Amino acid sequence: MNYEAVIGLEVHVQAKSASKIFTRVGQGYGHDENTLTDPVVLALPGTLPVMNKAALDAIIKAGLMLHCEIAEVCKWDRKNYFYPDSPKNYQITQYDQPICIGGYVEIELPGPSRNVMGEHKKIPLTRIHLEEDVGKLTHFAHDSLVDYNRAGTPLMEIVTDPALASAEEAYAFLTTLRTTMIYAGISDCDMEKGQLRCDANISIRPVGTTELGTKVELKNLNSISYVRDGIAHEIKRQLALKKTGGEIVQETRDYDGIAGTSQSLRSKEEAHDYRYFPDPDLMPVRVDEAWKARIAAECPERPFEKQQRFMTDYDLPYTITSVLIPDRELSDWFEAAVTIAGRAKAQAVGNWIANDLLRELSAAKIGLAESKVTPPHLAELVGLIDVGTISNQIAREVFNETFASGEAPAAVVDRKGLKDDTDADELEQWCRDAIAGNDKAREQFLGGKDGAINAMKGPVMKASRGKANPKLVDETLRRLLANWS
Amino acid sequence: MSTELTFQTIAQLADALAAGTVSSVELTQAAIDRATAVDDRVKAFNSVNPEDALAQAAASDARRSVGQARGPLDGIPVSLKDVIAVRDQPLTASSKMLENFVSPYDATVTEKLKAAGAVLWGRANLDEFAMGSSTENSAFQTTCNPYDLDRVPGGSSGGSAAAVAAGEAVATLGSDTGGSIRQPAAFCNVVGLKPTYGLVSRYGLAAFASSLDQIGPFTRTVEDAAIMLGAIAGHDPRDSTSFKTDVPDYRAALSEKKGPWKLGIPKEYFGEGLDPEVGAAIEKAIAFYREQGCEIKEVSLPHTPYCLSTYYIIATAEASSNLARYDGIRYTHRSADAQDVVDLYFKSRAEGFGPEVKRRIILGTYVLSSGYYDAYYLRAQKVRTLIRQDFLNAYEQVDAILTPTTPTPAFKAGEKAADPLAMYLSDIYTIGVNLAGLPGISIPAGFTSAGLPIGLQLIGQPYAEADLLAIAHAYDTAHDWHSQRPEL
Repeated sequence: MNYEAVIGLEVHVQAKSASKIFTRVGQGYGHDENTLTDPVVLALPGTLPVMNKAALDAIIKAGLMLHCEIAEVCKWDRKNYFYPDSPKNYQITQYDQPICIGGYVEIELPGPSRNVMGEHKKIPLTRIHLEEDVGKLTHFAHDSLVDYNRAGTPLMEIVTDPALASAEEAYAFLTTLRTTMIYAGISDCDMEKGQLRCDANISIRPVGTTELGTKVELKNLNSISYVRDGIAHEIKRQLALKKTGGEIVQETRDYDGIAGTSQSLRSKEEAHDYRYFPDPDLMPVRVDEAWKARIAAECPERPFEKQQRFMTDYDLPYTITSVLIPDRELSDWFEAAVTIAGRAKAQAVGNWIANDLLRELSAAKIGLAESKVTPPHLAELVGLIDVGTISNQIAREVFNETFASGEAPAAVVDRKGLKDDTDADELEQWCRDAIAGNDKAREQFLGGKDGAINAMKGPVMKASRGKANPKLVDETLRRLLANWS
Repeated sequence: MSTELTFQTIAQLADALAAGTVSSVELTQAAIDRATAVDDRVKAFNSVNPEDALAQAAASDARRSVGQARGPLDGIPVSLKDVIAVRDQPLTASSKMLENFVSPYDATVTEKLKAAGAVLWGRANLDEFAMGSSTENSAFQTTCNPYDLDRVPGGSSGGSAAAVAAGEAVATLGSDTGGSIRQPAAFCNVVGLKPTYGLVSRYGLAAFASSLDQIGPFTRTVEDAAIMLGAIAGHDPRDSTSFKTDVPDYRAALSEKKGPWKLGIPKEYFGEGLDPEVGAAIEKAIAFYREQGCEIKEVSLPHTPYCLSTYYIIATAEASSNLARYDGIRYTHRSADAQDVVDLYFKSRAEGFGPEVKRRIILGTYVLSSGYYDAYYLRAQKVRTLIRQDFLNAYEQVDAILTPTTPTPAFKAGEKAADPLAMYLSDIYTIGVNLAGLPGISIPAGFTSAGLPIGLQLIGQPYAEADLLAIAHAYDTAHDWHSQRPEL
């Protein structure tokens, strides 16, 4: 029998906001333990939550970016359970009236080869709701310590339908989700800092059936690769169980990304009764059209839409767009350069970014923001090549100078005398010398082997110390060879 | 002399302070002396802070001496129920759970009283976490009714009511979830005001039932209640349920707002269980208003029979969640011999909470549990809406509703302690007001033949405290019940 996998994801994304979700104390990562607290965070007697509007803005933005319906009214519920990382012993969350309903994440599956776009697929979402994060426990031999710095950080829970079919789809889902969140400035989605966390529910069923099989929940998937590997491992484990007549039990498993193994955390859900009820300390929130419109105006273009536009408007090849698009800063940088250089030179700009700029940034171990080469610089450089002022080869030297010092390309060309100011008579003489001095190449060319002309270009470029315009050299050689006797 | 001082009203004392015939230090010392003399019998306070209070009083006198007095409350000794946060003072909620807790922050009402210059003095006893009607549920002591030390002062704000009645404070703050201000006010012959839900910030009030709790004052007169309410009312951005409104001058409204009023008498409040002497006193009050030209109309609040059960579902549900934070992990009582974290929860809470609190937590946990939520909690919320609608319907005909505050005068300590349902019935006339979120006031309305105080309750329209106080003021100034004082 053939089986197919059915996967649902629950993704927690920490929203970027200056302060926590229900109080004004700041939020952040890497501070000393229990320094980001106040009476509200510590749930001292008498404290009350007050909604942080910036956190609501963030989730509405996330909802709009992911095609969700934004509820007109959402309310807050208490999820009651005892755990030391939860200061109130209830979590303020949204139960039956989440703020974002439905929606989808458009993903791209790997193409047949690296330079071909893969199939796009829409993964439907059930909901996105907002809740408060909990603190962090550290266990020692005899004690456990709690750090409440993270407690009360705004957390979005993004729940998919059980609609993913493979580990690759889960990987693509998280990659796109992450890119989208970063694009919109909703979250930095740094998994190492716990800003993006994912649990996966996995089951298998015979192909052609619609009923869901027994699901296993996989936890502690703390990198996007581990999500892919963990799901793949779990599907394999379940298939093997089926094959040997074993039984899949409903349980929560812990995936060890380093060892590539998983182990049972707890079997079957303990009968949790969270006793949800509407939080009487918080009023329901009405999201009117004006509010939605304000957030919609702040939403950037979605990554795949931008990619499509780059390919259509700028004639950029898929490979270049797949380098530019995932990094919003980089794609903005590209557009800034093209705006100056002109659309006709978009591909040249893209090539320079994909090949030279990224390579140099990587070698220098710096980010785009620290680059001394600016979009006007690159536009200027591409322009200089286009009008024949410098050759591609010289341009590379100019680029490196600009990258190192920030001096404008034209200025570098002037200062170093790199301009192709070759005298026409001089160039013709170099060409005559090159033709005369290379009998073999000349005979081959005249015999019909076009490529042989390249062997005659070398000496000309050498004589011009690289400054001669290669296009002009080519033309001159061909003109002279045509009349050679 | 000093005793005389603390039995005066805020209004009188403000004049005396302004005239310089008394200083805040003298007045505060008088309150301290009075507490020293009587509190071993009354047991109104869980703790006192004489040195700190005198320092606050000295600061008030210093302000006044340079012409910077802040208004009628500047220099007046005011005590807060031991469930309202005052920075650097204990906040015990009369529970072993918080026996050693000192609040690092001020409640909003505390900030406002400080800003008004009040001398914050003494932490008034209560039923543990404000759960009870007799102050017998305090983990530390049972407050006695100053008019009969064998009787209860009412609850849960029994300490706050008794402190004013016994002259240990000029005014106090309590909290009212189902009658916890009005019922003890009636039992102790003082004025107790429960404002409209949302008018006074709950920030800094250790929560019992969030959707019902409201802070309010105990005073000798309605005029004093107006002064206190003016100081503590107003929108607070730290409380999401706080109402955005301008605070009128309630004291000025007492004379500006004139009747005759239309008063409603709910027939459901005058039936079985009403003590004849209480009933007779309320009839006299009705007759008084009629003589003043007020129109008296019978009104109906048909869902009254469901108030008590609705209340105990909603209040306990919210309480079970609100009190979950008292767990032995951070600042509460922690059991010494717990083996693991679950054991720590069980033992700390078993040791820290008293029987009434446990009873309500268990009840609240039950009514919220899956499978029972719809049958109890959700249904109670629907009934609550009907109860509120009853009142709003009545207000289409009348300006305010007049009832007894309690069915009986103060009962004896221990009399109902073993029968929680009998105890719950003492709040039968006050609970509907909380469910409907309305303002209610209890004012002294006479004494039984045994010398026990009787309270008259007036229930107002939402945020119409100015009207409610004016109606109450008319009765209060025409009678001198409030100037009676207990023999101690």
